[in-house]
Amino acid sequence: MKADVTLDCVGLYCPMPIHNTAKSLKELKPGQVLEVLASDEGIKTDAPAWCKATGNELLGIEEAGGEYRVYIRKSK
Amino acid sequence: MAEKVTLIMFSGDMDKALAAFNVAIGATSMGMEVSMFFTFWGLNLLKRNEGPIKSRGIMRKMLNFMNRGGAKRLPLSRFHMFGLGKWMMGRLMRESKSPSPQELLILAHESGVKFMACTTSMGIMGISKEALISEVDSFAGVATYLAEAKEGRINLFV
Repeated sequence: MKADVTLDCVGLYCPMPIHNTAKSLKELKPGQVLEVLASDEGIKTDAPAWCKATGNELLGIEEAGGEYRVYIRKSK
Repeated sequence: MAEKVTLIMFSGDMDKALAAFNVAIGATSMGMEVSMFFTFWGLNLLKRNEGPIKSRGIMRKMLNFMNRGGAKRLPLSRFHMFGLGKWMMGRLMRESKSPSPQELLILAHESGVKFMACTTSMGIMGISKEALISEVDSFAGVATYLAEAKEGRINLFV
């Protein structure tokens, strides 16, 4: 998937991945896509929960070799 | 209007502080307004790490000597083992690139979490405003906490 910005959260634990995601997304314009790289498995459920709570669009989560790539489109 | 989250920080334990700051920072990242009300042993989280804590009267002096506090000095609630357990936990956390209570406290405040210090506990325990860090946003009592908590659906006691 194509992203406008990539955020590396590999090796980080709660609350850093979602904190950094929120911070990075603030810098983006509506419609732009953020890619979050993470290794903590919690991101699989945290990313959908975070997107639902903040009203941003979760485009998908890819999993490969114990790492996760999360794609979020900023909605507003 | 943003959803409100409040936490009563009663405990001065390091592990409980970590969990609470984690929730607080998570909540700000989800656009919620967070207030943390520090009372009793929880005030230890807000004490300055440097310098002596001055107070009047022999019992308060003793209390603040034995209960020095400061975010860098918090004990573990289990397996503290005179600091050995805490040292090991600190090492594991550093190896895991996990922030310390001190770092989380600063991060929480930078993220907009409001810190309230309980004036009643401060008075009884002989803790002056000068003994606390500058991140404290307000000094308040139970009514201030309840007025905030009334607006929140997530209100936690730590």
